[in-house]
Amino acid sequence: MKATILVRPKPGILDPQGEAVQSSLRQLGFAVDEARVGRVIDLELEDKDAEATRAELERACEQLLANPLIESYEIAVEG
Amino acid sequence: MSAAPPPRIAVLVFPGSNDDRDAALALERLGAEPKLVWHAEPELPDVGAVVLPGGFSYGDYLRCGAIARFAPVLEAVRRFADDGGLVLGICNGFQVLCEAGLLPGALRPNASLEFVCSDVTLRLERTDTPFTSRANAGQTLTIPIKHGEGCYFADDELLEELERNGQVVLRYERNPNGSIAAIAGVTNERGNVFGLMPHPEHAVDPLLGSTDGVLVLGSLVDAARERLLTAA
Repeated sequence: MKATILVRPKPGILDPQGEAVQSSLRQLGFAVDEARVGRVIDLELEDKDAEATRAELERACEQLLANPLIESYEIAVEG
Repeated sequence: MSAAPPPRIAVLVFPGSNDDRDAALALERLGAEPKLVWHAEPELPDVGAVVLPGGFSYGDYLRCGAIARFAPVLEAVRRFADDGGLVLGICNGFQVLCEAGLLPGALRPNASLEFVCSDVTLRLERTDTPFTSRANAGQTLTIPIKHGEGCYFADDELLEELERNGQVVLRYERNPNGSIAAIAGVTNERGNVFGLMPHPEHAVDPLLGSTDGVLVLGSLVDAARERLLTAA
């Protein structure tokens, strides 16, 4: 089975990468008011119960994939 | 003068560390006996203090310090710190200690998104720590920084706690990276773990432009010596 994890800078956290992307987009003529840059992590996992997998990934996010002080995360489990 | 043997201080080496030897050299010049300790070691040798040096441990993958915190030696460092042992993290070492939860807060990419490499002036907020005892109150230090991710972050609640407990030891006179409250170095609540972005090991000889790093590393050597003497 597959899972995708989205890691984002928490609201209010300064995101200089997002600011640079936003200003570049504006220079290209795109009317973008804000851009925030996060990270996508695609995982291939052993087939297991989706709920158990989600709980496991929750722990993976807390322990490694995100820094809960500055980042939020979303877990999507496929199939 | 006492004829006490030089205090041993561990300098950790991760794949990607690059200031380990500079740190060891500086400690040696200040009268310590540095011991380089590879990241895969499960135990620390008998030492009076531990230094986590600068560099790019594990390529800084994911987040700076995020992978290094799982190194076997970090468990030994955690036990050492729990027993009150002195731990100093410089630059990447500071990032590792934050990721490991041994220090509060987090380090984010510089607000400018640029790597900064220059001497900075630092205001010393505390001289009663094992890491700053050689300095005088109100003194400013000139020590170089060289980092891309040194923007210290703590949320409002944590920042208030740090200020209340006096855990902010160093502040930039002119904020080079967007750090909250211009914080350049903090300790844990107990005061035995200290992390800073500036590199004291690069400021121990007039040839390098400053010797103010001696005030930090020399204080650590003094404290490590004292700790080993009282333990003996």
